[in-house]
Amino acid sequence: MDSYEKLKTARKNGRPTGEAYVKGIIEFPFELHGDRRFGDDLAIMGGVGFIDKHPVTFLAMEKGTDLPSRLARNFGCPKPEGYRKALRLMKQAEKFHRPVICFVDTLGAYPGADAEERGQGQAIAESIMEMMGLRTPVISIVIGEGGSGGALALASANKVFILENAVYSVISPEGCASILWKESTPENVAKAADCLHITAQDMKSLGVAEKVIREDFDHFDKMCAGIKLRLLDTIEEFAAMSEEEIVEQRYQRFRKFGVFDEK
Amino acid sequence: MSFINDFLEKVSTPSAKVQHVTCKKCNHEETKYNLYKNNYICPNCGYYYRLGARSRLELLCDKNSFHELHNGLTSKDFLEFPGYQEKLDKAMSTTREEDAVVCGIASVAGNEFAVFVMDSKFIMASMGSVVGEKITRLFEYATEHKLPVIGFTASGGARMQEGVLSLMQMAKVSGAVKNHSNAGLLYITVLTDPTTGGVTASFAMQGDIILSEPNALVGFAGRRVVEQTTKSKLPDNFQSAEFLLEHGFVDAIVPRAELRDTLAELLTIHKRSV
Repeated sequence: MDSYEKLKTARKNGRPTGEAYVKGIIEFPFELHGDRRFGDDLAIMGGVGFIDKHPVTFLAMEKGTDLPSRLARNFGCPKPEGYRKALRLMKQAEKFHRPVICFVDTLGAYPGADAEERGQGQAIAESIMEMMGLRTPVISIVIGEGGSGGALALASANKVFILENAVYSVISPEGCASILWKESTPENVAKAADCLHITAQDMKSLGVAEKVIREDFDHFDKMCAGIKLRLLDTIEEFAAMSEEEIVEQRYQRFRKFGVFDEK
Repeated sequence: MSFINDFLEKVSTPSAKVQHVTCKKCNHEETKYNLYKNNYICPNCGYYYRLGARSRLELLCDKNSFHELHNGLTSKDFLEFPGYQEKLDKAMSTTREEDAVVCGIASVAGNEFAVFVMDSKFIMASMGSVVGEKITRLFEYATEHKLPVIGFTASGGARMQEGVLSLMQMAKVSGAVKNHSNAGLLYITVLTDPTTGGVTASFAMQGDIILSEPNALVGFAGRRVVEQTTKSKLPDNFQSAEFLLEHGFVDAIVPRAELRDTLAELLTIHKRSV
């Protein structure tokens, strides 16, 4: 598959969405609602549960699976209140010393007038900054689309996994094509997808993701069991570290990103 | 500080006194020298000319106090993105800067601080690896030397020609801002026209105090995209500094002529009595 086909696969209807992974991986999930400031954004669901014997906080972007649920979930495009709910739950996880598991799947943060009025940029900025200092481990899995800052707001993590046909990008290939080549024709979008290096395999080679996870949607339960084992290993790896070491590991993970020449 | 002397020579030469520039907004013609004397604000309509990084530093800093840090870094077309190298070459030759941010230490009214200034004349101050790295290094330097940071933001967003690594700069810088903040140090952002995208969604909005120049465009999503999403006409002041003040996202809008004194006062207030 080339980048454009992967992009289409990552967005395909019928592909499992956030809630399916929560149900498949988290035991006894209990959903927690609201940002305590404005409202409850259903584009991000969050709550608590277990992975094996470990209590965890989970956050999952959810696009919806049919028209009514897609409308209710705003097609998985979070608004500021979604990011503020996520941050509230991450701070709660820090208080109770439990790891945070994030499932990332969004075209991007919602670009609406209401979102701008309520500080979309500020909400994402705060989420990223607080995540960078969070004294508990965060593991993010890109399950579909990792759309720009709206995705990074739940992926400023200690480790990032990505499904084999998921994508992660600084800008949607459509957006890139329309800025650079005026029109987002399928040819231009395909070219942009290629130039931007958005595939899971690109993420692995750039170091943006630690692991690529094989997809097997025909045996989804089995696939979730595999992801769960991987998460369990990672949680136990971090359990052996101090809070300072966890923060420092995350800082160094991001500190190395960048390619440039230096005199 | 030779660039300031060069600059002063430039605007004080007889040619600068007669050379005219035309205001983008009202077409008023003004000599370069008078414009400089008026803080690069159109004396006719009050339009704020966008400033290059060096002009900004020259207006802000005590004379000869600016010392540049973390220079010598240049961008690399590591994804072989069509047209990127040409854009870089062109931006470097027109601005004579290495990339879209200038960092250093300086003082204002005797108060020392670390400073970064983004330059919208360099590929719309988009943030790639170099911008992220220089600002990160500046925060690390400021944390180590217990200095406040003043940052002038301007940006079209992340530099898409560097793909996902430009996105990663948002988290990299945010981590350094967080460490600086945890050390009890002050960070002031001054939003200038235009501050958008990934810069708004990271360090522009992470200041302890967020100031803005009047009428600066500040937002996350582009106006055109928002219009398409909302399918309605947006108010004229949408995403302006005044709009942000009204909605609670900036502390104050400070006219350019008062900025130096305001920053000096804020730095003084936060000086720790040891």
